[in-house]
Amino acid sequence: MAYALEVSALSRAFTGKQTVVALENVDLKVKEGELFGLLGPNGAGKTTLIKILSTLLLPTSGTAKVLGYDVDGEASKIRPLINMVSGGETSGYGLLTVRENLWMFSQFYGVPGSVARERIDGLLKAFGLEDKANAKVRTISTGQRQRMNIIRGFVTDPKLIFLDEPTLGLDVTTSRTIREYIRDWVRARDDRTLLLTTHYMREAEELCDRVAIIDRGTILACGPPAELKRRMNHASTFVMDTTSFDPAPLSAVRGVKGVSADEIESGKRVRLVLEDESAISDVISAVVSRGGRIVSLNKVEATLEDAFIEMVGRGLG
Amino acid sequence: MPLNLRAAVGRAYPRVIGALREPSWTFFDVLLPLLGIAAYIYYYRALGAASSFEGFVVLGGAMTAFWLNVLWGMASQFYWEKEIGNLQLFLVSPMSRMALLAGMALGGMFSAGVRALSTLFLGLIIFDVHMTVEEPLFLAAVFLVTLIAIYGMGMMFASLFMLYGRDAWNISNLLQEPIYLVSGFYFPVRALGPWVSAAASIIPITLGLDAMRQLLFGEQALGLLPVATELVILCVLAVAFLVLARYALRYMERLGRKEGRLTLRWQ
Repeated sequence: MAYALEVSALSRAFTGKQTVVALENVDLKVKEGELFGLLGPNGAGKTTLIKILSTLLLPTSGTAKVLGYDVDGEASKIRPLINMVSGGETSGYGLLTVRENLWMFSQFYGVPGSVARERIDGLLKAFGLEDKANAKVRTISTGQRQRMNIIRGFVTDPKLIFLDEPTLGLDVTTSRTIREYIRDWVRARDDRTLLLTTHYMREAEELCDRVAIIDRGTILACGPPAELKRRMNHASTFVMDTTSFDPAPLSAVRGVKGVSADEIESGKRVRLVLEDESAISDVISAVVSRGGRIVSLNKVEATLEDAFIEMVGRGLG
Repeated sequence: MPLNLRAAVGRAYPRVIGALREPSWTFFDVLLPLLGIAAYIYYYRALGAASSFEGFVVLGGAMTAFWLNVLWGMASQFYWEKEIGNLQLFLVSPMSRMALLAGMALGGMFSAGVRALSTLFLGLIIFDVHMTVEEPLFLAAVFLVTLIAIYGMGMMFASLFMLYGRDAWNISNLLQEPIYLVSGFYFPVRALGPWVSAAASIIPITLGLDAMRQLLFGEQALGLLPVATELVILCVLAVAFLVLARYALRYMERLGRKEGRLTLRWQ
């Protein structure tokens, strides 16, 4: 089995006034042809890992191979084979049109003019951006710009592409278009690999063959989403809507493995992963003692998000 | 077409298009500098200086476009590219870094050339300045080598400033005005004395301007060195800056990868 990515005992620290360890002893293997997800909260080390794999950053220790080449000594062999796109990036030049920007970036990879034009036309169509092809980049919306960025990543026909939060802040329709394209792109050929980081658990669950959960620079778990969810079999997941209260202390309640909370109209929606169901009575007492009132309480089937909460102890964000 | 040639053309493209697509530059880059030129010309006229001095001013004013482009479009360019997220995309791509710089330089030469020609043309018309081109090939050679040398210097600065944010911007600011003085943009540099002139000659625009003045205004130009000697020195400077740029870029990219300074923290 050929590996697109082989990461072994990889660490990266940033030295300054304080030393920050962004990655610590990371081991990871991604097979060629895989759509692989990297899940983790802000500051978990996802972007640092992508920067190392895309040859923008050197590891402090350990090794990383991309498509068989070492990121330290063989960066020039890796670069023709990869591309990367980050969510919310503002690359390109505002005075150029969308088409001109895409052509310019294709030239940095030596794509012949006629091939570039053909690919750009096809991708503009696939992403519903044909009507903006001749619009100056500074005049298009954020969502259109993000679609242009994603096209930029695919226009060079890479063997491996890194997508760092590609659907961040995009509307539902645009996100769906991007997800569909990503899935089809990987499936179209055996030798295409895609590494995706995302904040959206459903996106990872829907798209990825395997995901790795990363927190504080360490890989906590790695496997297909279904397998990660199966690891939750011994735990129970509850969703509780309450009036407003501070849910943070709930994680200290005995039997609670993880808590995440979102704001909703009536107050909070709290997602709880419990070691066993009996802990729910202590949770209810804790909510009430902190001034909260429970509006509804449901036991639900575990999702990838619950697996994440169980491992990390909190939700994304 | 090989990868690096495509890359250089691709990177030059926004600058060429920018010069043609954004007419607002005519006001800021041609009409405003003409006011500065006018001030020097009327100053020389009030002093009763030889008419060739007015020619020095128009020539210096035109060449200012290239100098400003070298400072702000080359030396500080990677600072802006890093800010908007382009630098990381350039560095992830397989193109040679020298091709990237060459593209920036070629595009810059075109856009600054359009500005310089406009300034020269308007300066000659408005102030009725006369120049005599007796050796056009020699003049073209001096001009071309001067451009290669100053853009080579810009490429070297771009490499050195790649990792430095606002510091690069400040250094460009620092270099802008003093060079007008020590390089003799508006007067024969010999007036500054042999030591200052010799020191200023490390900046190619000094010898380039001096040689062009001699070729356009003859003995009135009060040249620093014979034109042929200046051309040879300019050739040496051009090669030296290009070689230094190549090594500086390789070193700074490696250092940037090691220290994590090729991208901003939030990128």
